[in-house]
Amino acid sequence: MSAAKNINITLKIWRQKNSKAKGNLETYKLNDVSTASSFLEMLDQLNEQLINDKIEPIAFDHDCREGICGMCSLYINGRAHGPDTGITTCQLHMRMFKDGDTIFVEPWRSRAFPVIKDLVVDRSAFDRIQQAGGFVSVNTSGNTIDANATPIAKDDADKAFMAAACIGCGACVATCKNGSAMLFVGAKVSQYALLPQGKVEATNRVLNMVRQMDEEGFGNCTNTGACEVECPKGISLENIARMNREYLKASVK
Amino acid sequence: MAKSALLKSSIAKKYWMALTGLFLCLFLAGHLAGNLQLIFGDALQFNKYALFMTSNPAVKLLSYVTYISILFHAVDGFMLTYQNVKARPVGYAKSNPGANSSFSSRNMAILGTLILVFIVTHMVNFWAKMHFDKNMPLQTITVEAMGQKQDLYLTTNEGYLPVQQVAKSYDEATKSGLQTYIENRTEFYNTQAKVKVGEGYKDLHKITVAFFKDAKYGLIATILYVIAMAVLAFHLLHGFQSAFQSLGLNNPNWTPKIKFFGTAFAIVVPLLFAIIPVYIHFFLK
Ligand code: HEM
Ligand code: SF4
Ligand code: FES
Repeated sequence: MSAAKNINITLKIWRQKNSKAKGNLETYKLNDVSTASSFLEMLDQLNEQLINDKIEPIAFDHDCREGICGMCSLYINGRAHGPDTGITTCQLHMRMFKDGDTIFVEPWRSRAFPVIKDLVVDRSAFDRIQQAGGFVSVNTSGNTIDANATPIAKDDADKAFMAAACIGCGACVATCKNGSAMLFVGAKVSQYALLPQGKVEATNRVLNMVRQMDEEGFGNCTNTGACEVECPKGISLENIARMNREYLKASVK
Repeated sequence: MAKSALLKSSIAKKYWMALTGLFLCLFLAGHLAGNLQLIFGDALQFNKYALFMTSNPAVKLLSYVTYISILFHAVDGFMLTYQNVKARPVGYAKSNPGANSSFSSRNMAILGTLILVFIVTHMVNFWAKMHFDKNMPLQTITVEAMGQKQDLYLTTNEGYLPVQQVAKSYDEATKSGLQTYIENRTEFYNTQAKVKVGEGYKDLHKITVAFFKDAKYGLIATILYVIAMAVLAFHLLHGFQSAFQSLGLNNPNWTPKIKFFGTAFAIVVPLLFAIIPVYIHFFLK
């Protein structure tokens, strides 16, 4: 890898005072950005510049900054989490950009993810879907069975783990031309459907989660596959197919 | 269907989309086999086939399923698309969809709408003529006997009727004193007895050939037909394999095979459809 250097960039960033305001793209110039910095560090640098210029800093979501929490979002140059695959925005590095580049930064766009401020959107729709069925009911009164006491086929365990890798970031919704949440819901349904502990509530889980998903105003999947490409955790379309199977099974029960 | 509405939910709509779409793929294969007789069969064979397709009760039932499938597929498709557009009220200033999805997959509704327009015009041009047109010609053959050319109607019981001896209607027959007249578009009646003596074949072959060979509109009709088949190809390029995903079939064993077959189907079927009018316009004598 070539050594880090500094680049000058132009940013076109969505600014919106609050959920009611109209919002628009603002242009900012930022010089001396190290290509070794992450995209979020670059935004920190911009915010320092804005504060010095007495301009309100840009609000954006972030937490772990190591690709595990799912808080960072951002639609960068027309792609969820920017021009790289298998990463979150906090894992995106400025070496992906060239000196003189103009970079568009927009919030996730979905009716179900309303903008709260600037680049921050409200993803609580995902929480409500999860609450509608994304759990197993366990008696915690002192006689819980150790999870390892239940034998699970290696293949199923692996698939469940892979589905459970979903961090709820919402990139799938943001990148989908239909604003569909089916990759997220597919992962959450699959994670339990594959395990004996999840089988007990499987019927209601898939029906309730899909109902909640529809109520939140997410679009319908047309199998474009964009979500799978942009998902930072490599969640596969097989999970959507599994959800479709589960839903069919549950519907005819 | 206990707690879900097998019509209303997003996933259920997709089941119907997939089932109707796959049924229409079967329909396409059947329709193609029929059409290919325009190249590989003669007029009589094609017209016999057309008669079979409009009279056999099992085929009739299938044709109703086809009409319903097209309607349902289109209405369901429009509903899904409307909801999908609503799901993103504010769009992106910059977006790069080509980076993660195919052209076809993103334009199913537009491709489908174009196919719908094609289906409607196609039905006006052929289906409606076959079913309702008062001036639908009946098949004739020309025979030469002793240096004399004569046109004969073919009848479904393998008989012949000289065209000159058949009046277009009962009124015309009584005026001209001809022995036979045509009733109900295809039936030959005896003028005195007023009983049916035979039935002709609607000459769909002639209508079709005339349509694509028309001096004024034949070329443009051929070109538009070919374009419509290209649109269908793109619709199927995504649609065929997509239907299996919608129905929940996606695994490392089957999916590559389905995708391969779907791609082949999407290219071969529309291509063969498109060759037929091109053949008629440019090569059929
Ligand atoms: C012979 C004609 C047609 C065939 C064989 C056909 C076939 C298919 C198939 C197999 C699919 C995939 C279904 C799925 O993803 O589950 C599909 C999707 C679709 N079709 Fe058609 N179709 C035809 C005509 C039409 C027409 C006339 C329209 C609309 C006006 C239409 C609109 C759509 C739309 C919008 C989709 C995407 C729906 C989705 O994925 O949610 N199609 N079609
Ligand atoms: S499926 Fe992937 S893109 Fe969607 S929320 Fe989960 S991790 Fe994010
Ligand atoms: S900040 Fe946690 S995943 Fe990016």
